[in-house]
Amino acid sequence: MHPQPLLEVDDLHVEFSTADGPVEAVAGVSFTVGPEETVAVVGESGSGKSVTALAVLKLLDGGRISGGQVRFDGEDLASLDNRAMRRVRGNDIAMIFQDPMTSLDPLYSIGHQIVEALRLHRPVSKKAARERAVELLEQVGMPDPRRRLASYPHQLSGGQRQRVMIAIALACSPRLLIADEPTTALDVTIEAQILELLHELQREYRTAMLLVTHDMGVVAEIADRVVVFYGGQVVEQGPTAQVLRDPQHPYTAALLAAIPHPDSAKELQLPAIPGAVPALRDMPTGCRFNPRCAMAWDDCTREVPPLYELPGGRTSRCLLHRDGGGSAVVAPPAPPLTAELAPAGPPARAPLTTQKGI
Amino acid sequence: MASPAAHREDTAPAPGPPLMEVTDLVKHFPITRGLLRRTVGHVRAVDGVSFTIGAGETVGLVGESGSGKSTVARLVLRLLDPTSGSVKFDGQEIAALSQRELTPLRRNMQIVFQDPVSSFDPRMTICSVITEPLEAQGISSGQQARDRAAELLDLVGLSSRDLDKYPHQFSGGQAQRIGIARALATNPRLLVCDEAVSALDVSVQAQVLNLLRKLQVELGLSYLFIAHDLNVVRYISDRICVMYLGRVVEQGPADAVMTDPKHPYTRTLAGAIAADPRTGGGTRRVVVRGEMPSPSNPPPGCPFHPRCPQAFDRCSTEVPAPLPAGEGGRTASCHLLDITAVNGKAVGR
Repeated sequence: MHPQPLLEVDDLHVEFSTADGPVEAVAGVSFTVGPEETVAVVGESGSGKSVTALAVLKLLDGGRISGGQVRFDGEDLASLDNRAMRRVRGNDIAMIFQDPMTSLDPLYSIGHQIVEALRLHRPVSKKAARERAVELLEQVGMPDPRRRLASYPHQLSGGQRQRVMIAIALACSPRLLIADEPTTALDVTIEAQILELLHELQREYRTAMLLVTHDMGVVAEIADRVVVFYGGQVVEQGPTAQVLRDPQHPYTAALLAAIPHPDSAKELQLPAIPGAVPALRDMPTGCRFNPRCAMAWDDCTREVPPLYELPGGRTSRCLLHRDGGGSAVVAPPAPPLTAELAPAGPPARAPLTTQKGI
Repeated sequence: MASPAAHREDTAPAPGPPLMEVTDLVKHFPITRGLLRRTVGHVRAVDGVSFTIGAGETVGLVGESGSGKSTVARLVLRLLDPTSGSVKFDGQEIAALSQRELTPLRRNMQIVFQDPVSSFDPRMTICSVITEPLEAQGISSGQQARDRAAELLDLVGLSSRDLDKYPHQFSGGQAQRIGIARALATNPRLLVCDEAVSALDVSVQAQVLNLLRKLQVELGLSYLFIAHDLNVVRYISDRICVMYLGRVVEQGPADAVMTDPKHPYTRTLAGAIAADPRTGGGTRRVVVRGEMPSPSNPPPGCPFHPRCPQAFDRCSTEVPAPLPAGEGGRTASCHLLDITAVNGKAVGR
């Protein structure tokens, strides 16, 4: 779509070492984010979406990039040392997290924290930085911004804290903003406010955004393109409207069908996906979605599907595309309320890694 | 046992007395300060809430964080003592019973929490987790309790082979099935689900919602269902109560309340729901300014008036009473519905 992507993630592999040996959380993921573009990475827990976002900034706690490249503006970030990486973080690429309470320092006023972020990357006086902090707080819609400089994180509501995080992230006008579940902890009315704010600021600052989320509603509202993750891999990718209206991978179709929506018929069951997301060390052979897929056949357990290129700049990792053309994926129908329930699947092992805010 | 969808076809209140009847329920938490822990104010977490739950009915409780919905859940189970008001279970007043008097009643009312694993002892087997309430209630023990646990695991879609496993061996969805099995052990008539599906992945959330509905049909259960996802609440609920700052501002049949809201706050909430993603997106939601005030310092008059686009002078002085707002016993607490008082002012949509 864009001639020169801003961010190129190319065959990225991420490993975590555990007591039982290394496990691969991200298994060869590729996608791009163009300048000023919003790309959503969507998936369930354990899909590797957050780990991928952290790997871009080399913020993996206990994990390491075991293969592939992350290029920002043509430069391979994997080859940068810590010092050079610190120059990139917050300056060229900024990140906001789900829970601002763990990212903000409870001991410092928010004014102090915004000023610190500014002065880390820009040679400005404290006074000028304070003025800029007021301006930033005003831009993110904080009521009474000058007085708010002296507030501490615990004195703010969840929505206000996320506004402060956005102010800090935008302090140095980054070219890429990575937002990891930025509205998941917020109430719907506040979520709508924050998404609107992100959208406005993105246009104003001409920032690209990599949005990590589990929420298809948020994807639909804000993303130009969507990358669907499952089991550490990209299973489908393409322009948001096309992927959501006409999913080509059975997982995307099933996920969209499983969400209760205003027209969900109450006399029917929700079309749930049977089983559970596989654990990292118990990945099924062949297609990683095959044990839960309503359309799977023998080949799916034996053959690892590649990402097939489809018309309209789309890709999908499903053997249904093998003979060319679309997969004619149909969403599973909703069974009547009294029908057998989708099985819970075999007991999963405990999750091997849980990634919390850093 | 209730017939499958009988209560769904009929939106009128169920005949006979409701299973649970909550009237003017109030819970104020004191705010204390200083060495002597002087009370300097109150958090008015629940400030006069009334609703009923019929036998075999699901009542959804929605509202933003801080609206008091989880406090209501704990009050109706008497996990918290109300400041005032009445909670009747099957006709019996339970708001003033002592803990000892409550014990035999507790088997009829159980709760499922958001994070089941944190409510399980990691060193207990699944069998002990499920049979614990049976033993506490003196219902059964030993092999008899174990047989019941096996039966319950089967009921929630797990296997009796899982009895001797430990909580950490299960995924989030499976753990929530175990949480439900434990809640059902004493054969309750009312299950309070406090964000019971909120932490689950979408694909698994649908499984657990289906399970809850299947159990309701099979066992004739009543649910008080609390969740912040409005599409989830609407799907599972027969009726919905919308809470704002400790009060129910609107209640009525689920679909009617969400498609044709009568209270400006409900309109705000319904407008903030993201569109069905399968339409391809690109639609923006209605964005309302401001946030819910703190329940320690609620505004005078209607709790929503500072954010309400339709507020007029009366809203800031007088707390609106619930007024009839349509079929199926709908009510909304909004002065705009009081035609005589509005005096030709624009009346809601």
